[in-house]
Amino acid sequence: MYVYDEYDQTIVDQRVAQFRGQTDRFLAGKLTDGEFLPLRLQNGLYIQRLAPMLRMAVPYGLLNSTQLRKLAEITRKFDKGYAHVSTRQNIQLNWPRLEEVPDILEQLASVQMHAIQTSGNCIRNTTTDQYAGVATDELEDPRPYCEIIRQWSTLHPEFAFLPRKFKIAVCGTAEDRAAIRAHDIGVELVANASGEIGLTILAGGGLGRTPVIGSVICEWLEKKHLLTYLEAILRVYNLHGRRDNKYKARIKILVKAMGVEAFREAVEEEWTLLKDGPTTLTDEEIARAKTFFTEPAYQTLDGSEAESSLAAKTSADPIFGNWVKRNTVEHRVAGYRIVNVSLKATGFAPGDVTDTQLDVLAKLADEYAFGEIRTTHQQNFVLADVQMDQLYPLWQQLQQAGLATANNGYLTDIICCPGGDYCSLANAKSIPVAEAIQSRFSDLDYLYDLGPIELNISGCMNACGHHHIGHIGILGVDKKGEEFYQVCLGGSQSKEASIGKILGPSFRQEDMPDIVEKILSVYLELRIEDEIFLDTYRRTGIEPFKERVYAKAD
Amino acid sequence: MPKLIKHGVIVEDEWQPLDAAAETGSGNQILSLEQWIALADKSGRGVQLEPGQEPDPLFDHLAQIPLVAINFPVLTDGRGFSYGRELRERGYTGELRACGHFIRDQMTYLNRCGFDAFQPADESELEEALVRLADFSEHYQAAIDKPLPLFRRRL
Repeated sequence: MYVYDEYDQTIVDQRVAQFRGQTDRFLAGKLTDGEFLPLRLQNGLYIQRLAPMLRMAVPYGLLNSTQLRKLAEITRKFDKGYAHVSTRQNIQLNWPRLEEVPDILEQLASVQMHAIQTSGNCIRNTTTDQYAGVATDELEDPRPYCEIIRQWSTLHPEFAFLPRKFKIAVCGTAEDRAAIRAHDIGVELVANASGEIGLTILAGGGLGRTPVIGSVICEWLEKKHLLTYLEAILRVYNLHGRRDNKYKARIKILVKAMGVEAFREAVEEEWTLLKDGPTTLTDEEIARAKTFFTEPAYQTLDGSEAESSLAAKTSADPIFGNWVKRNTVEHRVAGYRIVNVSLKATGFAPGDVTDTQLDVLAKLADEYAFGEIRTTHQQNFVLADVQMDQLYPLWQQLQQAGLATANNGYLTDIICCPGGDYCSLANAKSIPVAEAIQSRFSDLDYLYDLGPIELNISGCMNACGHHHIGHIGILGVDKKGEEFYQVCLGGSQSKEASIGKILGPSFRQEDMPDIVEKILSVYLELRIEDEIFLDTYRRTGIEPFKERVYAKAD
Repeated sequence: MPKLIKHGVIVEDEWQPLDAAAETGSGNQILSLEQWIALADKSGRGVQLEPGQEPDPLFDHLAQIPLVAINFPVLTDGRGFSYGRELRERGYTGELRACGHFIRDQMTYLNRCGFDAFQPADESELEEALVRLADFSEHYQAAIDKPLPLFRRRL
């Protein structure tokens, strides 16, 4: 993974010092709420319903065990012993004290971490595929480009006061696991006819109040132009994005208003000024970034032998076998597997992790996964490089720590924002809805029979729980002061991305498990053979679901 | 006489602040974009841009403009950062002044975008604001103050 040199450390240390000064001024009454607001947001600090919330950056989801231990320590010392993995692959604290935040940032800086631009109207943490570098379908590792974008966007002087937040995602695989079409900018590594790898640039995707799938702005861009092209897009947005209405301020609204063609022309015009300038990437810089994401020291293993001894183990212990089947994924290298660590055990808020679990994960990462771990936008962890013959002891220890729920990609692997329990923007609670659904569908045989289903819950229009792109999406709405829930169906974050369609009038919280059950019963009746929920929905449309859910009781 | 920060020191302002109603004859009067456009002889005249007034009309006259002031009525409207950079990228070498309700914590960014003069609405802040220009000694991006990005300078 990327390792700071003196330059990186200096920038992060000076940022901590700057924020300490700002916090002191605020506490001394020398900065107004309005002045402090953008400053604290750009350091990840929200003032929430019950307490401040601090969002710590995990660049493209990659952490080492030293950083994990530090996060455990911070969670213990400055918070109530648990943290939360967000849908931008970051980690949040729910109960820090405002006056201690500079100390937390200083602790983070000591392990090459920060909270820069995890919030506010600026360029946010760049996200990517949680299986980057180990996926079997990968054209090229996206992480060097993520790091290049991280450095370019960190404290960018021109783009710190944009009309609205700005999110970039990069992917390098056939299957898009980074939801790049739901981002302000999506970057995809693609090969041209002669096999050369370049970039496709999408813009204007986004969720929130007006969900939009991103449009291709540049079909083919040479890698060296990545940053100047991003700069041109950002400048067009900074100059022309709406600032009069925060709900119409995202770049998706600008792209729609201008039209994709006119937007592209405006970008190309700005780009002529920036193209081939000093920000143009050098071969040396791309090569330097790549040196941080080289292969770990894999053992040379006999793949088929590893498979057969694993098969013997899984049939001897079916619970283990089930976990292997559900939570591990094929690895690029023979004899290795990718392990998904579920943070979706019933009874715990989706994405929450305790300080003890963080320490356990640090130890397991050291023992079994070359000291590295990843966060995912589905709010889980991934140990990317585990030897197959080590899966059993790893699983035993995950189980002891409550981290072996075998539901990766299934209905109860719910993406869920913190909602009304914590967030001051929320219209409704989201965690209790997730828990009620998890409890209702706790029967594993039923769960597996349903097959892969993505269920996403957001407590408000800001859509942090990505409800628009869940196969089943749930949105908390406020109706005359009461919390209700709207359901949408058919969303997808994949390459064939789609925005879910609203089923109809919203429901009460206590009815939600029944509603989900009705939707699932329609699917089970209508599905053909192994068809997954999304495919059945796409074949039948929304009507049969609507009829069942809104049928009058006889 | 009002004061401001210019080239890293506190100096007295030689310009008269913008006044939409004022006669435009006086040489050191800062003009609004409308006043400036209407003027036949633009040579030596300073002009102020508001958010939404892009600097494009100035591009053909950059060599003869001694001062461009860019107003920040609120600290969260970041269009002025791009205006500043666009002017400098096209070769503007005169004074580029930020005025209005930006805050000292934004001065590093403004400086990087090509601003060399700072006139915050509250003049009593100048001393404390001045030191904020030194908040950062290193930067990743290419910008007006450091034309090479860190990746071309890293040792």
